[in-house]
Amino acid sequence: MNFEYALRLGDNSLILGQRLAEWLGHSPALEEDIASANISLDLIGQARLWLTLAGRLEGRGRDEDALAYLREEREFRNCTLVELPNGDFAFTVVRRVLFDAYHGLLLERLALSGDADLAAIAAKSKKEVDYHRRHSADWVIRLGDGTEESHRRAQAALDALWNYTHEFFVPDAVDPGAAELHAPWLADVRSILAEATLQVPADGKFLSTGRQGVHSEHLGYLLAEMQVLHRAHPGAKW
Amino acid sequence: MYTQMMDLPGQVSKGAAAADMSAEERAFQATVDAEGKIEPRDWMPEAYRKTLLRQISQHAHSEVVGMYPEGNWISRAPSLKRKAILIAKVQDEGGHGLYLYSAAETLGQSRDQMMAALNSGRAKYSSIFNYPTLTWADVGAIGWLVDGAAIMNQIPLCRCSYGPYARAMIRVCKEESFHQRQGFDIMLALCRGTPRQKEMAQDAFNRWWWPVLQMFGPPDKDSVHSAQSAAWKIKRVSNDDLRQKFIDVTVPQAELLGLAIPDPELAWNPERGHYDIGAIDWDEFWRVVNGDGPLNRERLATRVAAYEEGQWVRDAAVAYADKQRARARKEAA
Ligand SMILES: [Fe+2]
Ligand SMILES: [Fe+2]
Repeated sequence: MNFEYALRLGDNSLILGQRLAEWLGHSPALEEDIASANISLDLIGQARLWLTLAGRLEGRGRDEDALAYLREEREFRNCTLVELPNGDFAFTVVRRVLFDAYHGLLLERLALSGDADLAAIAAKSKKEVDYHRRHSADWVIRLGDGTEESHRRAQAALDALWNYTHEFFVPDAVDPGAAELHAPWLADVRSILAEATLQVPADGKFLSTGRQGVHSEHLGYLLAEMQVLHRAHPGAKW
Repeated sequence: MYTQMMDLPGQVSKGAAAADMSAEERAFQATVDAEGKIEPRDWMPEAYRKTLLRQISQHAHSEVVGMYPEGNWISRAPSLKRKAILIAKVQDEGGHGLYLYSAAETLGQSRDQMMAALNSGRAKYSSIFNYPTLTWADVGAIGWLVDGAAIMNQIPLCRCSYGPYARAMIRVCKEESFHQRQGFDIMLALCRGTPRQKEMAQDAFNRWWWPVLQMFGPPDKDSVHSAQSAAWKIKRVSNDDLRQKFIDVTVPQAELLGLAIPDPELAWNPERGHYDIGAIDWDEFWRVVNGDGPLNRERLATRVAAYEEGQWVRDAAVAYADKQRARARKEAA
């Protein structure tokens, strides 16, 4: 595990956690306000562990908050998918199922690592993400196989989001084994989408590059909001 | 929170004299007098049922609308630890809403009906949530003061005569006291922080102090049906007594934080053994209760939008469940 890799994990969880928390009080039902909060809370908790580990690996004295609040958007290493605005409830749960399925596989692989700290964080997170995937898959199935309107919205979300998943599986110096997760991910996602009566979109050539720090236009606004108070009071304790 | 305004004047009939009571009513009152619990299947006077339904559903609505003022700061929380604590707190308030709607449903109204009453503006919720959260210190002030006031109000409700409400309150109170400590901890960090942080804390305290005192409801002399609620053991401690208790507990906490109480008339009264305070602005209270507070329209509009925008999702869930049932029937046949 190196600094860059830990940042990817931490930033994925942090940014998706930040997005999900936006649903609190605005969900279709009180149960879903609570579920979004729960999942957001898991993700923020994971982000704290990964960012703390990243800071340690870097060895320059940066803690979780220095990494979350004092980096600029080009320094964030999350995949682009997680930073996109929530859209409607279909967009939110389809984005989640695509990411949750990948996230679970990634953590499963990391939990086997010989590095005890890393394996412990991954194993703990994996249990949480199993629940996230169940929750998002249940909703994608309900929406896909629900009413005409919900089916249409879920399919539209899937079509819009599909090409953002390619980024997960592109090998690079930080993650040379990234492509290995593609086949098991696709099998899992296909089975969920089949049950949801949704069409798997054709692969396009679009490739997002958030992991390299080249993001969509949305991340800057998310960070501006997330970081504003912390940055307005340099060095303050909260 | 947040049970306020359950004692608005002129809504419930006076208690009947024992001689005029039916046998059922006498048995009911005997159970209540003996500190027994009334359960959903037990006979109860219609006015008791209505009073409770109104109180519990208002309480549930307050928990739900109460998610907004603090939810406003989740995205900007100044550290990841504070962000996590705040998400958990707002989530708890949603959970309180859920238990309370379930308790109210035992009195014969569905959650949908109660939500429709809220969305149409017919049902009330605690007015305190019609005030804005302008800085991070407001999140601390709400936890410390609003949840603190909620606990004062709700601890007596843990002994309420209606079983489902009393049991829900026991669970809720445990979490509220946790919220209160977390809010105080935010204030403590600010008060021990930089001069700007301290200023932020004082400013929030100045803005929340009086509205929080109003949360306990109108003075006892203007609360006409407290007597019936007391006889039914729904409302067990009067508004003024709860308010006094809150002031007496909170003033030393403010001193510990080094915050000035925004009331020049506040003084310890050794004869009464309590703090005296200046006059509460009841015109302000009624203005906010009656819909003209800073955010009444906005809060309700947010609630209505969430409900309406979620309709297609709830419809999809119902349609899917129907299909699943039909499939299961087909398989069984
Ligand atoms: Fe609550
Ligand atoms: Fe609370």
